[in-house]
Amino acid sequence: MATPENLKVSELPEIPDPGADEILGPGHNYATVTERIGGIVYTPWKRWPGKWWIGAIISFIFVNLLMTAMYVLFFRGIGTWGVNIPIGWGFAIINFVWWIGIGHAGTLISAILFLLRQDWRTSINRFSEAMTLFAVACAGMFPILHLGRPWLAYWLFPYPNSMWLWPQPRSPLEWDVFAVSTYGTVSLVFWYCGLIPDLASMRDMAPHPWQQRIYGILSLGWRGSAIHWHRYQKAYLLLAGLSTPLVLSVHTIVSFDFAISIIPGWHTTIFPPYFVAGAIYSGFAMVLTLIIPLRSWYNMRDLITLRHIDAAAKFMLGTGLIVAYGYSMEAFMSWYSGDPYEKFMYWNRITGPYGFTYVLLILCNIALPQSLWSRRVRHNIGLVWVLSLIVNVGMWLERFVIVVTSLHRDFLPSSWGIYIPTKWDWATYTGTLGFFMLLIFLFVRLLPSISIFEVREVVHHIAHPREVYTEKQL
Amino acid sequence: MPQIFRPSSNTIARVTIVAVILLLVSTLGLAYIMDRGPWITSVRFAPEQPVPFSHKHHVKDDGIDCRYCHTSVENSSFAGLPPTEICMTCHSQIWNNASVTQPIRDSWASGKSIEWVRVHKLPDFVYFNHSIHINKGIGCSACHGQVDEMPLMYKVNTLNMNWCLNCHRDPAKFIRPKSEVFNVDYVYPANQAELGAKLVKEYHVQSLTDCVTCHR
Repeated sequence: MATPENLKVSELPEIPDPGADEILGPGHNYATVTERIGGIVYTPWKRWPGKWWIGAIISFIFVNLLMTAMYVLFFRGIGTWGVNIPIGWGFAIINFVWWIGIGHAGTLISAILFLLRQDWRTSINRFSEAMTLFAVACAGMFPILHLGRPWLAYWLFPYPNSMWLWPQPRSPLEWDVFAVSTYGTVSLVFWYCGLIPDLASMRDMAPHPWQQRIYGILSLGWRGSAIHWHRYQKAYLLLAGLSTPLVLSVHTIVSFDFAISIIPGWHTTIFPPYFVAGAIYSGFAMVLTLIIPLRSWYNMRDLITLRHIDAAAKFMLGTGLIVAYGYSMEAFMSWYSGDPYEKFMYWNRITGPYGFTYVLLILCNIALPQSLWSRRVRHNIGLVWVLSLIVNVGMWLERFVIVVTSLHRDFLPSSWGIYIPTKWDWATYTGTLGFFMLLIFLFVRLLPSISIFEVREVVHHIAHPREVYTEKQL
Repeated sequence: MPQIFRPSSNTIARVTIVAVILLLVSTLGLAYIMDRGPWITSVRFAPEQPVPFSHKHHVKDDGIDCRYCHTSVENSSFAGLPPTEICMTCHSQIWNNASVTQPIRDSWASGKSIEWVRVHKLPDFVYFNHSIHINKGIGCSACHGQVDEMPLMYKVNTLNMNWCLNCHRDPAKFIRPKSEVFNVDYVYPANQAELGAKLVKEYHVQSLTDCVTCHR
């Protein structure tokens, strides 16, 4: 009974991690890479890890919770949420910014690290790009949900209408529409483009004709000829170049939602860079949160190695320090500005009714991640995973602190208020978490979650270390 | 390994790309045409009325002034639909046995109003006032068209917001002397640009395009 053919993927003898110096375990050639990564998708259900089922079913329950929350929202209106003047922006904006931020790591890994020729991006870029797409899908829901009349969401786009009305071009919320939709589109094209050669590999190794046909259609007739590869590399490079500015622009524009206003705590020029750094910070945290279980469930410790986790942890540490700088500058400027409202805002942020969120924020985002300076912490997979969760929570708290504490104390004490999220706020938020996770689970089941052809390139580079790859060789 | 796709698949793939683009463009085009066309806007559609009242006959042939029936147009937001009594001022004497005017006599006898079908409908969220337009030199026919040519009432304009704004942004294009407001045959003169600017100034007409002008 206990032959490898009958064991579940997660019960196979554990393939050891090659350590922090290797991006690929020993003994791999082109065929084994294809077999290992593509083989996961073709694993029969009886060998599929049971944990996947538990995760997918829990996620599906939360998707239903999301649908219920949406139904209640559409049927009864925004009043089911805790928002009210002066706190008109609650969970919807917090979660929007949080999800969009999470998406950023995917684009950074796939575009910027590609242009910088970072070899450790290859095993995690596909997965991170998928994560980006799913996070953008979750993010995109919130602005539409919070419209109050979501069926009129198309008003956000300038189209020739019988009202002769155009969206307000001076509003950063309108800039968001274009920033996020561009980001979503480019991410999707980039992700799909990267998938094409792998879909062809999937087609070629398909055990059933129907699988062969589906992957065959999806691979758009890829034959892997030299001219295909030549054009492909050019297109991929161009798309990487196109995506690179988006890493910076999208969250810059999201930060303008706040920075353009005159609310104390929002009206700061530090917002764009500090938002972008925060986005990448949370994105890498989410990548780590997901790839650590992934590599263990599917026995891929030789493909996603300690080297990848170490590099992502370092990225988290670095961007976390930029975020820390942002916090300290906010504190400094509120004092240095001499503006009593700014000073009050910051003091209230720490000591006011939401003071505990600020303390938790500093703990999660600044204090605890400093342990990543230590190599021993970075190489302790379990600890890195816990830290990645802590950073995810911390970055969510950051958005909560920015949105809620700045709004709940207005210039006039007569317009002060308190925001308490309702159960439907929580249902919507946790529902999108379920939606995101369900998409991740389906992605792992249906598509190669590691780029096959790029890992094959890595195999080549390891076998021929001196031959430097250049464009001209094509 | 056998081929999984026939050579024709290439053609199918190419045709699909073109078809998807065409489908998108034609769907959007169709939506646009439907949205602007009479199917949605009811322009030039004359609904059936309880009495086939002809503006053409009463205005053109008989020369009755608009205000004889639409009594409150000069001083109210609502132009006013004539009560049965106004119909009876004439129709108690003429055509008082015709079958076509029978619903008027029924209404007169029973005291129950005639249920006219409204042609010019504005949504509830639009505040519109007839009197300000009439008193600032916007003629009836500027919006309602030549009702003296309509055997049955129909709309000539969409009453869409862009149509409202077309005038609100530049009233000089449509303003006329106050003496011509009820002239259904009024033709804008060649020097409308000049005259319009002069009248706008004279009548203190403001170009009101704030949301709150109409959405209060």
